[in-house]
Amino acid sequence: MKAFAVLLDRLVYTPARNGKLALMEHYFRTVPDPDRGWGLAALTGELSLDFAKPALIRNLIAARTDPTLFALSYDYVGDLAETCALLWPDAAGGGPAPRLSEIVETLQRTSKAETPRRLAGWLDRLDATGRYGFLKLLTGGLRVGVSARLAKIALAESFGKPIEDIEELWPTLAPPYDSLFAWLEDRRQRPSPEAAPRFRPFMLAHALEDQGELEGHAWQVEWKWDGVRVQFVAEHGAKRLFSRTGDDISGAFPDLLERIRVDAVIDGELLVRGADGHAAPFNDLQQRLNRKTVTAKMLAGYPAFLRAYDLLVEHGEDLRALPLSERRMRLERLVAAHKSERLDVSEVLTLTDPAALARLQAEARTLGREGLMLKRLDSVYTAGRVKCLWYKWKRDPHTADAVLMYAQRGHGKRSSFYSDYTFGVWRGDELVPVGKAYFGFTDEELKQLDRWVRDHTVQRFGPVREVEKRLVLEVAFDSIHPSTRHKSGLAMRFPRIARIRWDKPAAEAERLEALEKLVESRAEQAQEEPGLLAR
Amino acid sequence: MMQQRVKGAGAVRDWLAVTENGIYCRPGGFHIDPARPVARALITHGHGDHARPGHGAVLATRETAAIMRARFGADAGALQATAYGAEEQIDGVRVRFVPAGHILGSAQIVLEHGGQRVVVSGDYKRRRDPTCPPFEPVPCDVFITEATFGLPVFRHPPAEDEIARLLESLRLFPDRAHLVGVYALGKCQRVIALLREAGYDQPIYLHGALRTLTDLYEAEGVALGPLPDATGAEKDAMKGAVVLAPPSAIGDRWTRRLPDPLAALASGWMRVRQRAKQHGVELPLVISDHADWDELTATIDELKPGEVWVTHGREEALVYWSQTRGIPARALLLTGREEEEGE
Repeated sequence: MKAFAVLLDRLVYTPARNGKLALMEHYFRTVPDPDRGWGLAALTGELSLDFAKPALIRNLIAARTDPTLFALSYDYVGDLAETCALLWPDAAGGGPAPRLSEIVETLQRTSKAETPRRLAGWLDRLDATGRYGFLKLLTGGLRVGVSARLAKIALAESFGKPIEDIEELWPTLAPPYDSLFAWLEDRRQRPSPEAAPRFRPFMLAHALEDQGELEGHAWQVEWKWDGVRVQFVAEHGAKRLFSRTGDDISGAFPDLLERIRVDAVIDGELLVRGADGHAAPFNDLQQRLNRKTVTAKMLAGYPAFLRAYDLLVEHGEDLRALPLSERRMRLERLVAAHKSERLDVSEVLTLTDPAALARLQAEARTLGREGLMLKRLDSVYTAGRVKCLWYKWKRDPHTADAVLMYAQRGHGKRSSFYSDYTFGVWRGDELVPVGKAYFGFTDEELKQLDRWVRDHTVQRFGPVREVEKRLVLEVAFDSIHPSTRHKSGLAMRFPRIARIRWDKPAAEAERLEALEKLVESRAEQAQEEPGLLAR
Repeated sequence: MMQQRVKGAGAVRDWLAVTENGIYCRPGGFHIDPARPVARALITHGHGDHARPGHGAVLATRETAAIMRARFGADAGALQATAYGAEEQIDGVRVRFVPAGHILGSAQIVLEHGGQRVVVSGDYKRRRDPTCPPFEPVPCDVFITEATFGLPVFRHPPAEDEIARLLESLRLFPDRAHLVGVYALGKCQRVIALLREAGYDQPIYLHGALRTLTDLYEAEGVALGPLPDATGAEKDAMKGAVVLAPPSAIGDRWTRRLPDPLAALASGWMRVRQRAKQHGVELPLVISDHADWDELTATIDELKPGEVWVTHGREEALVYWSQTRGIPARALLLTGREEEEGE
């Protein structure tokens, strides 16, 4: 537990990805089995030890401290787990610190009545850092800024193995992952990924920089739908839905899994259907993402469906080595035979002349599409981002002139720079924040912005500075949605600084009403849809 | 016996008062660590919230006098230096400076008058510190204590363990300069001394603001090893090196001369996450020159004073705790004491 607690403690304070990777790699390389396996499970969200409710922790600490001193301490620290970790009396002779594996394995066979006594015994054997990590683990919120994918990358880099190999195996493994570590350390053969529905690493696209890159080959053109890329797997008698990073998200989409009845592996876009029968905007899909379970209301209000792009496996036959044109033929046949409103196929767009491609790309915004996908007809399905086979051509972003309101210092290499900018637009004579951006500018522009922030600060709140409302930033963003996060009631998707408008007076910045008009409504989309279905 | 003591403690109010400038001894006509310029001042130690410029006559330990001279020059006042343990008479008040273990030259001031004895702790700690002599307990009628870390959540781990964490981080991130925020007086030199004790013999780079007082420590016989200037040093030479700077330099433009700096901060406040996060620190090091909760309470238990007066910090918890021990206690609510920078 000690090594894991130290890891959590350092991860919390380390904002940079590379720093987090170095810390995790050190952990995976130095901590013995099975502790590191349980640590990996905790980091990837595969370990749920939902044993301690706040009330239980409060009772445990209350039995050991003066109530007035506890109240003063809690008031100062503000977090129950942290207060308890700091306040818990260091017990002499509690014994050596428990191992993570001891805690996990014991808890799995401890009765509810016995739990408090067990927890107290472990708290007695840990130091403050250990107690904090332990309590965070128990209350189910590590919050160390590590995704399952990042933990797997650290694992791959620790032992010099390809991340794709780990992701492919992942759904067949269970903590504490003895066989995985044995393979990573070359002590044993790679475990077999067969026999269970498994994830196949995605083929990814490069951004299209220049239409000239397309010359000399035949291409399949499709819309880039504004949903979430997923892989639907039905094999060996079971079904799974995997995210782009190989995470199993089946739990959130039982409607989809139940209603698609094929024996195949399909690469596609996860979308929800609006009341009009068409794909709803991304914001609607978002209501169903990042949930472990889903309510009946959600299922009814936001019905999910799969828009298929590609067919990787059919009836156990691996099609990935076939050219796209053949895979596509078999995909169309499969979807046509299936006849379900939960599965359709992403249409292939036909181009009448070379300029048609650019025209379609320009139309993507009004149609609520993310842009275009261009795939070489002879491309075999290859894991990762392979050059010159698949391209994405995203729609041009929206832009708005906004006024810089607050700036915050960045992290790591940017820790001495004010590099995170909150900006707003006018509502009457008041500026209201609409977003926050921390990229899009060059290193030279960052220096200029940093200098401007330091010279125009009106108030400081810790790492944040409020600045004079004078500097206009041209902000680019993919779309804008209703949100409670900002006072303006709007939030931008992928905002970035497109230009610094040193020349523009703040009074001429955008007004909130103009941004409100950019919110994509379902009704407008439906009206425009028919014109585009012409094939 | 206990009865007599409490009565003795009560009588102290007749000759020792709290004014807007701080603690004032009437018969002696002097203040201790006054917040504003006064005619006669006794100074416990050289930190800016205790030692200020502009007083008339100043009595302090020889080391504290040297620190004040270095910081304030001609504004330091008419400095009179005394030695630890030497007894002085000021208009019928017997005065003695005894080690407080806080920083070089730091002292508790022991006052005796009318049969009562008062100890003004100044800032103190009970842990070993290679840069100054240890705290010396003096039984007394009134113990006037600090309470910077006067909450039971503040229990400082051994400083040696925190230094070991810093060295571990240097091994894990050998390409990053480890920028450690330290207060210029005391913390800076203690951190260097602890690193040297741990066997770290590499150059430790210093921000210019730390130079004067570090030189003074060395002149006072505290050996600190090679300490090149960070300003003007080769950027690559500072990869994987320890660089010390005042806490205000973290996130400052000055740090752009360092290779991919990893910010650390050595302070007792680092025990609480929210505090550490506010400073944008990647490696919080809980190293404090103040007594933690266990030291504060153990000291009161050891001295068994008739009364406890609490000068500054989180006094509420310590006053409450003393009262539960049957020791009358009160908060003095002195103004002008900084809570962050002094640590």
